[in-house]
Amino acid sequence: MALLEAKNLSIYFGGLRAVDDFSISIEKGCLYGLIGPNGAGKTTVFNLLTGVYKPNEGIISLDGKNITGLKTTEINQAGIARTFQNIRLFKKLSVLDNVKVGLHNHHKYSTLAGILRLPSYRKVEKEMDEKAMELLKVFDLDSQAQTLASNLPYGKQRKLEIARALATNPKLLLLDEPAAGMNPNETQELMDTIRFVREKFDMTILLIEHDMKLVSGICEELTVLNFGRILCQGKTIDVLNNPEVIKAYLGE
Amino acid sequence: MSFISYLINGISLGSVYALIALGYTMVYGIAKMLNFAHGDVIMIGAFTTYTVCSIAGLPPVLGVLVAVVFCTLLGMLIERVAYKPLRKAASPLAVLITAIGVSYFLQNIALLIFGANAKSFTSIVTLESVKLAGGQITVTGETIVTIVVCIIIMILLTLFINKTKAGQAMLAVSEDKGAAQLMGINVDATIALTFAIGSALASIAGVLLCSAYPQLTPYTGSMPGIKAFVAAVFGGIGSIPGAFIGGILLGVIEIFGKAYISSQMADAIVFAVLILVLLVKPTGLLGKNIQEKV
Amino acid sequence: MAMNKMKKINISASLKSNLITFGIVIAAYAVMQILVSLHLVSSLMRGLLVPICVYVILAVSLNLTVGILGELSLGHAGFMCVGAFTGAFFSKYILYAVPGMPGALRFFLALLIGALFAGLFGLLIGIPVLRLKGDYLAIVTLAFGEIIKNLINLLYLGIDENGVHISLNSALDLHMEDSDKIIVNGAMGITGTPNDSNFTIGVVLVLFALIIVLNLIHSRDGRAIMAIRDNTIAAESVGINVTKYKLMAFAISASLAGIAGVLYAHNLSTLTALPKNFGYNMSIQILVFVVLGGIGNIRGSIISAVVLTVLPELLRGFVSDSRMLIYAIILIAMMLFNWAPACIAWREKIRYRLNRKKNAKEAE
Repeated sequence: MALLEAKNLSIYFGGLRAVDDFSISIEKGCLYGLIGPNGAGKTTVFNLLTGVYKPNEGIISLDGKNITGLKTTEINQAGIARTFQNIRLFKKLSVLDNVKVGLHNHHKYSTLAGILRLPSYRKVEKEMDEKAMELLKVFDLDSQAQTLASNLPYGKQRKLEIARALATNPKLLLLDEPAAGMNPNETQELMDTIRFVREKFDMTILLIEHDMKLVSGICEELTVLNFGRILCQGKTIDVLNNPEVIKAYLGE
Repeated sequence: MSFISYLINGISLGSVYALIALGYTMVYGIAKMLNFAHGDVIMIGAFTTYTVCSIAGLPPVLGVLVAVVFCTLLGMLIERVAYKPLRKAASPLAVLITAIGVSYFLQNIALLIFGANAKSFTSIVTLESVKLAGGQITVTGETIVTIVVCIIIMILLTLFINKTKAGQAMLAVSEDKGAAQLMGINVDATIALTFAIGSALASIAGVLLCSAYPQLTPYTGSMPGIKAFVAAVFGGIGSIPGAFIGGILLGVIEIFGKAYISSQMADAIVFAVLILVLLVKPTGLLGKNIQEKV
Repeated sequence: MAMNKMKKINISASLKSNLITFGIVIAAYAVMQILVSLHLVSSLMRGLLVPICVYVILAVSLNLTVGILGELSLGHAGFMCVGAFTGAFFSKYILYAVPGMPGALRFFLALLIGALFAGLFGLLIGIPVLRLKGDYLAIVTLAFGEIIKNLINLLYLGIDENGVHISLNSALDLHMEDSDKIIVNGAMGITGTPNDSNFTIGVVLVLFALIIVLNLIHSRDGRAIMAIRDNTIAAESVGINVTKYKLMAFAISASLAGIAGVLYAHNLSTLTALPKNFGYNMSIQILVFVVLGGIGNIRGSIISAVVLTVLPELLRGFVSDSRMLIYAIILIAMMLFNWAPACIAWREKIRYRLNRKKNAKEAE
């Protein structure tokens, strides 16, 4: 069975069908791309999958469990983590603490233990620090662990968001335009990191991207959205050669 | 019959709240700040009229005129000295606290000049009371003047905002400062104008308030200021019709609460109604609900 | 190996910073005690010692809401009021009911009760907090504080052998045979609360509040609260339970304000709910401490609460009539100096020049 199964998702804003009859099936371990012109509804799909919006119609299930209508927090606990198109870091926290917030639900001690600094506080904080540093190392951020997140350069902020999402130990990782605003070198580096994350964490990844080079370079399967509807779905090479897709992107 | 007379008194008190709330809401809409000193401008306005009429013995019309001019200038001065430097401060709380400082400043200036003892304010209204329904309801001249003045100002203000260039500029600045500037609107001047109008309205409210309730102390403006702030939030802060409706409703609720439930609980009732309204409609009666885009 | 070092630095850095804060408080306490024992402190200033502790606790606890959770509250005095009246009520009742109870135990229990009730009210007001944002929340908290103050002024409450008597009208409506057993007497409040507060207890409570707030900030829960402040949507996306942590921050903040209220009530022989002590003016005054001291900066809250409480009294010596006017001017000036971007840039420039001079000298 597929890891993520979404069937016939629709959402309306007023009279506008932002996403209409969207279905997707992502196998475990797959690197899946969601592409489409501006305003096609890609981010809305992410917002539906993560519970920011509730779908008017349709069912979402993760690993066989129905997660339709759950709150964002619950969906993350069920195993979906995401990044945002307009970066959303905890700006006044350090890089390390950003990741530690991601570890929140996996390394616990009571409020009282925290206030009284009981041994469990020390032990768990130590575990969290180690785990967080390990993740930061993957993204080459470990040397800036104590920097304020808002002081990181743009590219590194995007990486930190991925590290924070991974810290929640998800089954499925959603990346919303991870290469936006990066130069070709940074994009190349990012592709390597994404591949590395997939191998190392045995991660399933769904990403939204405009950069065709990145998409064709790393995605195994693609879904193309246009005006909220699926235009084409399948293996990357087939999709990119589909005349409908070419038309949508390049015009007649 | 007493019901109608309470209603009229409520609308009259509400009209004063509405005038003050208009200032709150306009300043909030444009400068995105809660001007806590706004209530004290009311007090300054009343003291100015008091000085001109009761101390210098000049006619009431002159007293009101001087108060309006003085408060207009005062409002612009406060904006220029205390608020403008903080417009781009890192936290919006900075200008809020400064406004509180200005409020203390105005109260203590008045305290130094006029002392803490309540002054009895001579009403500027010379209109006779009117008896309605065969003498069962008495409506004072102050009540009538307050309601009429409030309605006139509301109409003028609406016309000003919708029909004049300066009014349109105010709308534009409240919508998006940056874009307004790019369109060639002088943002600084527009904000100064807003403070000027708000303060002028506050001075009129002060004179009307003290004509109806003739006790004048340096703290006279404080509670009406807070109530008007509540009225502005009640109606949806930033919305001009909202401030008007909020003010009137608040006045009516307060007078009814005093009359029918308990005079000591009137304030608690006003605040409790506010909390209930906001729980049902988190942005007030006419407020716009803007959701954060993800 | 490098990683191990890293995390040790991290934990001990927060501990070190906390210890410095505790040290400052204890040192200030010691200096004050020495000055008092040498009779170098005016009676007026001595009378301020407990109120200063009250204000410091209020400022520190409000900073948890405003600085750490990032929500504007204008009703902090309301929580203080709840703590003051429930604590004083308890003490007064125990004086009749269990006269043998040791004062220390009675006061300890009064603190617990004040904190508990204020915390409960914190949860209650926390419900709108979940729905409202920014200035709308500010006005609701302000309204809440005013309602509390208003109701307490109408409350008549007494206990005798027939049970609890309660009325919102007048003392006569209580129908009590022994009017001495009326504990809360409407606008006249509670009289004869045992005078259990003193400077030492005040400082102990300040330290208690500091331990709770500072350790909370540096814990898992504190991080979650700050994450919500910085970006609620992102916090949700990493599985943070926003409702839980907002309520937690609000309730802890309110409980500590309740403790400040109990301390305040047991420093006075007569406790009444006036606009001056429990009205929105007091809430605003506490907010002034927090913002002037630095939003989210706990140490700054302590310092500004002390300075701004002492300042009017110091000014009294020089300019008794216009002291509050000067206070207002200083407040405005300090706000502009601390927050105006132009002032900040100017300060940076001066600092840069000084540094350059220093470097130039060193180069020679």
